Amino acid sequence: MKPSYAIFDKNTKAFVYGYQTNAIQRMLDFDYICGRESPSIAAIINPGRAGIHKAFWGTKEILLPMYKTIPLAAGAYPEADVMVNFASHRSAFDTTMEALGTPTINTVAVIAEGVPERMARVMAATARKLNKIVIGPATVGGIAAGAFRIGNTAGTIENIIASKLYRPGCVGFVSKSGGMLNEAFNIISRNSDGVYEGIAIGGDRYPGSTLLDHILRYEANPAIKMIACLGELGGEDEYRIIKALQEGRIKKPLVAWVTGTCSPFLPSSVQFGHAGAKADTAKETAQAKNQAFRDAGAYVPDSFDDYGDKVRQVYEMLRASGEVAEVVEPEVPRLPMDYAKALSEGLIRKPTTFMCTISDDSGDEVLYGGLRLSDVLERQMGIGGVIGLLWFKKELPDYAAKFIELVLQITADHGPAVSGAHNAIVASCAGKDLISSLCSGLLTIGPRFGGAIDDAAREFKRAKESGLPPERFVAEMKRKGVNIPGIGHRIKSLKNPDKRVQLLISYARSQFPSTELLDYALQVEQLTTAKKGNLILNVDGCIGILFLDLMNSCGAFTKEEIDEVVKLGYLNGLFALGRSIGLIGHILDQKRLGSRLYRHPTEDIAYMLPSEEDIKCKR
Amino acid sequence: MRKAVSARKFVNKKSIKAAKVVLDMAQRGIREFDAKRMLAKYLPEYLNDFSYKGNLILVGPETNLEELAADYPWLKSERLVVKPDQLFGKRGKHGLVLLDARWEEAKNYLKKNMGAEVVVGGVAGRLTHFLVEPFVPHKEEYYLAISSDYEGDCIFFSREGGVLVEDNWDRVVQIKVDILKGIDDVDIKSALPAGLADRMEEIEKFIRALYRFYADSGFVYLEINPFTFTAGRIVPLDMVAKLDDAEEYWQRKRWEGLEFPEPFGRTLSEEELFIKEIDSKTGASLKLTILNPQGRVWTMVAGGGASVIYADTICDLGFAEEMSNYGEYSGDPNTEETYYYTKTILDLMTREPDPQGKVLLIGGAIANFTDVAKTFRGVVMALKECQERLRECNVKIYVRRGGPNYELGLKLMRELGGTLGVSIEVYGPEMHMTHIVPLALGGACQ
Repeated sequence: MKPSYAIFDKNTKAFVYGYQTNAIQRMLDFDYICGRESPSIAAIINPGRAGIHKAFWGTKEILLPMYKTIPLAAGAYPEADVMVNFASHRSAFDTTMEALGTPTINTVAVIAEGVPERMARVMAATARKLNKIVIGPATVGGIAAGAFRIGNTAGTIENIIASKLYRPGCVGFVSKSGGMLNEAFNIISRNSDGVYEGIAIGGDRYPGSTLLDHILRYEANPAIKMIACLGELGGEDEYRIIKALQEGRIKKPLVAWVTGTCSPFLPSSVQFGHAGAKADTAKETAQAKNQAFRDAGAYVPDSFDDYGDKVRQVYEMLRASGEVAEVVEPEVPRLPMDYAKALSEGLIRKPTTFMCTISDDSGDEVLYGGLRLSDVLERQMGIGGVIGLLWFKKELPDYAAKFIELVLQITADHGPAVSGAHNAIVASCAGKDLISSLCSGLLTIGPRFGGAIDDAAREFKRAKESGLPPERFVAEMKRKGVNIPGIGHRIKSLKNPDKRVQLLISYARSQFPSTELLDYALQVEQLTTAKKGNLILNVDGCIGILFLDLMNSCGAFTKEEIDEVVKLGYLNGLFALGRSIGLIGHILDQKRLGSRLYRHPTEDIAYMLPSEEDIKCKR
Repeated sequence: MRKAVSARKFVNKKSIKAAKVVLDMAQRGIREFDAKRMLAKYLPEYLNDFSYKGNLILVGPETNLEELAADYPWLKSERLVVKPDQLFGKRGKHGLVLLDARWEEAKNYLKKNMGAEVVVGGVAGRLTHFLVEPFVPHKEEYYLAISSDYEGDCIFFSREGGVLVEDNWDRVVQIKVDILKGIDDVDIKSALPAGLADRMEEIEKFIRALYRFYADSGFVYLEINPFTFTAGRIVPLDMVAKLDDAEEYWQRKRWEGLEFPEPFGRTLSEEELFIKEIDSKTGASLKLTILNPQGRVWTMVAGGGASVIYADTICDLGFAEEMSNYGEYSGDPNTEETYYYTKTILDLMTREPDPQGKVLLIGGAIANFTDVAKTFRGVVMALKECQERLRECNVKIYVRRGGPNYELGLKLMRELGGTLGVSIEVYGPEMHMTHIVPLALGGACQ
């Protein structure tokens, strides 16, 4: 059982209301460098989602439970008696009142700014009635050195270490302003053995707990030897402290300063930063309050500039009288630096597991090859140009890009009866989605359907480069018993030529600097068609062969690059890409038509099963 | 037009970051026009037979007086009262209230006084807004006010209202209302002074209703001094009110069309307006008040709490008259925002050289999460741009700051010192926050 003056200790467990992942990590990091045995956060309360949250505990990762409501969290963790409330100003009141109404929660820190005064007064009065404590609203919170940190109090971990907040000193500090809390911790740590506990009650007119509330807790706490406070002009709170000093309810030395001494020199309408800081009567001026503190026996500097000196003076006095002993500095565990921060500061490196050499989306604008997308569009590079950049990593000459586009247009579709389109249509009719149906069509592409471009390119290239005359090439393939890839068509023949092949050839003849391989292939075609009319140069073969002519003659490719294109099988991609256009069209067409499941008519199937006798084991 | 203003304001408030250290929220005075308008419209929800109609017109500099009478026929049929409506009191004592006038007289009065400069309570300012309402002949004057404090609310009532209420403050009764218990069980009747006779019942009901209206509508102060009875009905003659502007979210309906006027006499300079405009567009906070453009001590301090303390220290050391500005920036402003903020201050401080030279204090406490280097980049940009003028005015610059990335921020400042041609002294958390103030004032102003 904690004494009533201690609201935080090394075992304090808290709920964090609101999914504030940074603040949560900062609380855990503080716990870790304080050498706490377990995290100070029992659970997160996130009205949007229940589940778990993963966070760091030193170098390891831990899981924090997350509940949707305060009663669920409180039911699961009755030992948690603090709620750090990050709810917005719109819901801060309702959530705080609910927490105050929860028997196991004794302290609520309200971070939100802009909580209406009437609501703040109700929260404060309710807390008083129930003998509980509200810190805030409009505050960063506070910290019990070496024990418990409210949310983001005291800023970065470097600052916490610099101000020695990882272990308790002997000074109890309280202020209104949360923004001055870090500075106060700095001043106190430089002029004494440091802070025991520091609270910012918030700059609003009606804070949930007052400066005096916390000073009286510090007075009652035997570990605290001296008290420091920073007040503001406006309001009566400081006079309640002064009254307590006069009545002897505060016996420990109190270093006090009230800010706002400049107020009499400013025009009356200047609004200070804090809503509570507006002196309406002479009694509420900073000058009057500082004098009253002095008269009541507090240690009051002449100006804030001497605040540190006063702290030092009182601390030295306590040291001299033996009331405070030397602090034994604990060893502070090192907190690992966050990966992202270390990386951004150039402190660490790590080999990548993944490479990319064709595009880059890490900058302001995506790059294709090395070109910005807007430049690609501005230069009207077209699909052919984009394929040049992304497949070949080259800016292709215009006629080459146009040739690619020609190939795509020519291969885009060849009616519903070809294998790929047929399969896509069957899948679409079976109710499969667009992508599944498209895949069904694409998976049909292979050696007998649309997939002979690379093979044809490879075979013709080999034959030509090894100096085989066309006759020898045809003879060699016949001896091997291999059909020449790119030669032959199911229905097209010499008498019924393939228009697509004619279009490609006429473009190449007029645009390409040279069509050597095509010429060679046409000689081969003459030999094959002499044997059989349909052994013509087909569209796959024509594309593959012309692409080699293009690469050989346009000057953009080295011999090694051309070998690589053929070896890795770039060119079937042209057919797959072009035909996808038609496949998608067929799939959408079937969907539009509302086609039913396709079933092949039975009369169109020759059922020729083996007899019972045939399948019997003959042994 | 007025609606548009309040709508824009609301959007801004929503975008304010949780990290914002300094508050805009406060108790804000509203015009008598708005207070009476709200009373007429919403008090009947608490008091069925409240029959005050709220015939009110707010006349501003743009109002076309000739067209008014067509929209408000009572202007011609009733005797009128005209008084300034700009958040200051004692208007009668200053001879600024026109009583029992015809519309023609009222128009002449308005034409004569619109834009006139007057001095009220030592503050000079221009008259820009007037309230016009029917004149109510009366004998009885009652005082009724409600205020709020920590424990609860307090109702003040007196039979002797009007201009002399302060002189007769001992006859004002006070009724406390506990913040948690509310007014339901408060015995108002026995707290009221004797001698109210048949008015007792009405007044008791009115107080109870007014309190509920007060608590439900976002008020933090409300004063009716006086109200009277005409034909047995309560009529408010003069009202003062303050609202808690943090209630804006909850009071969208009741505060419709409401705006918070600047305090009387406060006209913002071009530079102050510029900073105010930047402030309204960002989640960060940027504040600037020019106190004395001829002063030699200029400040640029991060943080609401720290900015007050720097100003204090300047005054504590006896340099109040040389203090040129008060202001602060906080809530992690970006580089561009700090650039404009610095530029504005540098521009102001280098308009005229002073034979004794000038100092600029770039101060601040140890920041929580504001990136010091990032904010200082904007400051450095502005300083570089104003290099010539800073030299001409013999400006000495003193820097003190801590917080995330402060080492880099201070390094930027030190490097600038080598090239800027004016002296820059740079300190971090190792030095007491305000100690650059005595350093600067001891050095430059001797």
